[in-house]
Amino acid sequence: MRPPEDPGRALIVLALAGLASLGLALYGGGLAWTGVVLVLAVAVLQVVRIAGRGRSEARPAAALQTAGDEAVRRFADAMPDPLVVFGSSAEIIFANQPARETFGELRQGVSFRLRFRSAEMIGLLDSVIREGKPQSADYVERLPLERRFRVTASPLGGAPGTFLATFSDRTEVWRMERMRSDFIANASHELRTPLASVSGFIETLRGPARDDAKARERFLTIMQEQTGRMARLIDDLLSLSRLEMKPVLRGRKPVDLATLMERLIGSMAHLASESGVTIRSDWGEASRVVSGEEDELFQVFENLLANACKYGGGGGRIDVTASPASLDGMPAVSVSVRDYGKGIPREHLPRITERFYRVDADESRMRKGTGLGLAIVKHIVARHGGQLKIDSAPGEGSTFTVVLPSA
Amino acid sequence: MAESNHTVRGFDADLHMLADRIAQMGGMAESMVYDAVSALVRSDESLAGDIRARDVVLDRLQREIDDKAVRIIALRQPMAQDLREVVGAMRIAADLERVGDLGKSIAKRIAVISRESQPRSFYRGLEALADLALGQLKDVLDAYATRSVERIPDMRDRDEAIDSMYTSLFRELLTYMMEDPRNISPCTHLLFCAKNIERIGDHATNVAETVYYIATGRQLEVDRPKDDDSHKVMVRE
Repeated sequence: MRPPEDPGRALIVLALAGLASLGLALYGGGLAWTGVVLVLAVAVLQVVRIAGRGRSEARPAAALQTAGDEAVRRFADAMPDPLVVFGSSAEIIFANQPARETFGELRQGVSFRLRFRSAEMIGLLDSVIREGKPQSADYVERLPLERRFRVTASPLGGAPGTFLATFSDRTEVWRMERMRSDFIANASHELRTPLASVSGFIETLRGPARDDAKARERFLTIMQEQTGRMARLIDDLLSLSRLEMKPVLRGRKPVDLATLMERLIGSMAHLASESGVTIRSDWGEASRVVSGEEDELFQVFENLLANACKYGGGGGRIDVTASPASLDGMPAVSVSVRDYGKGIPREHLPRITERFYRVDADESRMRKGTGLGLAIVKHIVARHGGQLKIDSAPGEGSTFTVVLPSA
Repeated sequence: MAESNHTVRGFDADLHMLADRIAQMGGMAESMVYDAVSALVRSDESLAGDIRARDVVLDRLQREIDDKAVRIIALRQPMAQDLREVVGAMRIAADLERVGDLGKSIAKRIAVISRESQPRSFYRGLEALADLALGQLKDVLDAYATRSVERIPDMRDRDEAIDSMYTSLFRELLTYMMEDPRNISPCTHLLFCAKNIERIGDHATNVAETVYYIATGRQLEVDRPKDDDSHKVMVRE
């Protein structure tokens, strides 16, 4: 039978028990005495349990009053970090606004263990409840976005049986660390492929193709291409790490973008004619002078124009246009490089500035891409306090827009 | 469980204990699958061994939950929601144990697949598939924890996304095999890994149905989309 749920029903049970014992007593003999003792024991137990329940409720209720106090609640909601108050069986008593924003609905009574069920979290809750001393652990929320927290749990003074857990967000730090290790892994992978191909050709040249002059010539050409690719990759890697070494741009000078672009278009003439495109630039009324580092800005537009020639060459022309813009309310210059090639599918757009991310790996390799060009562009633009915007649709070409602060 | 007020506090304690075990199992099953896929991508064989060790603990937890649930039913004879809570815990534990098994079975293949270094592209689809399945599992377990059943019917539909992703992955792996016969061995193993992940999605759907049943006493309609289309995939030369 299911145990009675409220004191009223417990009283009815008591009364029934009394009646039953009376009946048993009438039935007579030693059996009756055993019955009376048994039934009374049950009744006493019920009463003790009801009383016990009253007591057990008093504790969380007291804590709730504290947490429920409007001022305290507002105070907790105003804290920047997620914060959860829980009881001694790890039931959630209160979750502040940031906690609800970060982890969704955390109603009172929800099991903390069940909601944050990682082994580290369960271990932390168990030991803080058992030992009553502040402790910390790491908690990872992997989906939908990977987030990492340092969670500190400690007993709440003045309210026995209640505990406080605070979450401090460590996602940024961790992401930086991972970026670095990903970078090294990627770089070695990218260098290994051309290296393997070169060493393969050397093997062939010393063995089966030793006396084949025609094959030798062909293989040497490929080997030269591959070593060229490695050299470009190392150049790009070095310029990226140089950029990272000095995250803050020093020694800004006024740079005349129109002159810079003229110089650049001249130096790109060879690549442009090779790709069958004409580059047109139109500066209109926009201010031409921005504040920045000339060599770096040269690299930005060199990479953008090279990309436009390589991947957007099918359209036959590239337009460079400038227009006045603003950055955080300050005057700025917006420069767009527009090609009329095949465009970039939508799903790649958020990722193309990632290192070594390629929309089409084979095409990139064929066009001598290193997979780092846009990463460098993005980095330099960010150092200048500017913005990089990318618009593209398959079949309609792509527009890369750089917004830089005016001098 | 979460907001029960039983006069017999032992019963609350029993239900708490069941929920805590489920929490532990859920956390372990999730991390096993996640670690199995990242161990696969990084060819990390030591992590693979660790996953196999965790499966033993997961099995033990499931047996504990079974024993405890049977004892609760025998001794306390729960009714209505309480009964559903106990029976539901057994069912969820069984599904989570299977999820762990599937994670372990991915881990077992890591040694063979990573005998030679494989191109990164082999794993991209698998990672995306795992993200979908793990996302579903997480949402379902979160719904169980917070008792928010309103979103469950939608969650079940996400199984469809997993199935179509699996079908596209199936096709992709077949293409790799046709490109180069040396890819056949690793890609076959990856195909099994993909199948395992797809089935993790099915188990997540089962858990979603159980959670809905526990909270409402009603079963979700049976017209759930169950099939992937990989049995129809053919690649022609």
